[in-house]
Amino acid sequence: MELNGSQIMIEELKAAGIEMAFGIPGGAIMPFYDELLKADFPHILTRHEQGAAHMADGYARVSGKVAIIVTTSGPGATNLITGLANAQMDSVPLIAITGQVATNMIGTDAFQEADVYGCSIPVTKFNWLIKDVNEIQNVTREAIRVATTGRPGPVLLDFPKDIQITRAEYTPRESVESPLPAPRQYPELDMDGIEKLLEAIERAERPVIIGGAGIIKSGASEELAKFAKATGIPVINTLLGLGGFPGTDELFLGMPGMHGTAYANFALCECDLLINLGARFDDRVTGKVSSFCPKATIAHVDIDDAEIDKRVHTHIPILGNVRDVLITLNERLRPGDYDEWRQTWTDWKANYPLQYDWDGSIKPQYVIDQIQEITEGNGIYVTGVGQHQMWAAQFIRFNEPKTWVTSGGLGTMGFGLPAAIGAKFARPEKDVWLIDGDGSFAMTLVELATAATYNVPVKVAILNNAYLGMVRQWQELFFEKRYSHSHYPENPDFGMIAEGYGVKGINVTDVNEVRNSLETAAEHDGPVVLNFLVNKEENVWPMVPAGAGNDEMQLAPPSREARS
Amino acid sequence: MRQVYSILVNNHAGVLSHVAGLFTRRGYNIESIAAGPTEDATITRIVIVAIGEENELDQIAKQLRKLYDVREVEQISYNQAVTRELVLATIKAPITKRSEIIQLANAFGAQVINMTDDTVTLEASGNDHKVRTLLKAFEGYGISQMARTGMISLPYDGMPDDWEPIA
Repeated sequence: MELNGSQIMIEELKAAGIEMAFGIPGGAIMPFYDELLKADFPHILTRHEQGAAHMADGYARVSGKVAIIVTTSGPGATNLITGLANAQMDSVPLIAITGQVATNMIGTDAFQEADVYGCSIPVTKFNWLIKDVNEIQNVTREAIRVATTGRPGPVLLDFPKDIQITRAEYTPRESVESPLPAPRQYPELDMDGIEKLLEAIERAERPVIIGGAGIIKSGASEELAKFAKATGIPVINTLLGLGGFPGTDELFLGMPGMHGTAYANFALCECDLLINLGARFDDRVTGKVSSFCPKATIAHVDIDDAEIDKRVHTHIPILGNVRDVLITLNERLRPGDYDEWRQTWTDWKANYPLQYDWDGSIKPQYVIDQIQEITEGNGIYVTGVGQHQMWAAQFIRFNEPKTWVTSGGLGTMGFGLPAAIGAKFARPEKDVWLIDGDGSFAMTLVELATAATYNVPVKVAILNNAYLGMVRQWQELFFEKRYSHSHYPENPDFGMIAEGYGVKGINVTDVNEVRNSLETAAEHDGPVVLNFLVNKEENVWPMVPAGAGNDEMQLAPPSREARS
Repeated sequence: MRQVYSILVNNHAGVLSHVAGLFTRRGYNIESIAAGPTEDATITRIVIVAIGEENELDQIAKQLRKLYDVREVEQISYNQAVTRELVLATIKAPITKRSEIIQLANAFGAQVINMTDDTVTLEASGNDHKVRTLLKAFEGYGISQMARTGMISLPYDGMPDDWEPIA
């Protein structure tokens, strides 16, 4: 049959099972939008393209499925860049389809023209500028394959307006012969590496597991639980690995690194075998590399060869899918005797719990604790970036994978609200809680209009300290309390703003109202914004100062009346 | 350390941007880059000479292999491959120095391709060492203009399997 370029792309997207779009139309993408409407393709109209990208991101992290983001050329597409960079850093599959000026206008500085192909090279896994309608079938399929296989990531299709309407013969095909060579195959399971790791596990006296995003993305949580329970080896989860192991399990040691738990960092410093399953040794995890796990043999399982030996020298490298490797490990386990070690880390957990002061003000950690209590760890938890994000990572005890949506690598403030909306679209049956800071929230709060329009009942808890809190904390600790431009003394009334968008808004100033307001929000049939005016000077502890080793971690200042 | 990478890529628009962008983005230093067609019209060979720490040089190859359009990356050591570079150089050559310069050019097998009253332009090719030596030899006369292609490289055919390069 003869179809136009837009129709061909939509046919291919539908054939691949893609069933969600987020975006905003504009001049250079109007023919494609016309066909989206005719095809009855589900589409959420957002208020900003960055919001569309983060929605697709939240959607993908929670559902494991990929959504498309559709924008026009020029500013519509450049507004996506932050969203793509965010997804690239956290290996989240996205497909961006951006309108482009007609091919005969490219390079003439046409109206709303930008070199989106060039701009998106460093922030995508791969990108295409489609110059021929006959490429669309192959390129669309390749784009979906690249985004979703191996180490996932965002891709971008720059789609000139004339190609969108050019007609061509189209034959739906089960498989399309790729004009490009087949993707590089991952090598067969590295049995030598696995055997070396099994020997190391048998020999070790103080082993510890660090589970990263690879656990979540490969669906390895059950295998990880089996592995940990069979061996009794304790588990640390990186920020993006949270949810990969039950937060309430006795073997769980929490998060490592800059704002990790004391016991996770102690364990890293003292272990003699570190088993890294799908984490990339981010600098926030390792601290100073030269004092990272100084006594340990380091094993690293990763699907991306370039992550192995990138920052930390690995003694036992295993290239492969974490789940596949864990299945094989579990079949052949020969655990050693770690009783003495268990006593050590159990004592650490008892003696150095996460805690905070209790002084009658609304403590941000208390709000998160209460969210944890009313949801019992069964919600989906989304954050912006900053102090509130670290407290959420510390105090929420996740029961399942894919229930934690946070911007890790890029640290994108403003990620929270749109990501929460995307997450709710992906799992409507789940309670979605956004724990956000006032700084982060203000960056993308316009998407409240999207939540209101589509009645997406996300529950927003703003921990409002009228500061860029993490900046304020660093200024207090490392810049002799010179609070250079980190204060928002004239913060808007977020409760009233929410109401203005048609969203229920409640300002909470009294600590005794916290629990009630959370319950009201949970029961309300629609989106809610709770604006908690929290203690302004609260800091995140423990903390490993930037550039220091995990052995230089500072614990919280002495507490008056500890509550944890 | 310097390392030569011979990279086979799909002959696609934008592929050079992807490869060059990788070096910029990750802070790797390119000393030279040369790209051109191969015996297969769908494939381009890019030869890059990069400078970096030893662990960085392996990381470069790994990152290159992740690029969608990259088919093959070889890290080449000098005695496993033939490497050549073409250089054009205009030498200041007053009439009194001219024959001396031409003699020196002959010693390097360089061709004279242009001559004026006070300059001689030479064309020379060779491996990295020869090109450096040649340029050093003419430095004293003054080089008023120079263009270099950057290095290209092909592995030697017919190396025995048990052959080990001299480190």
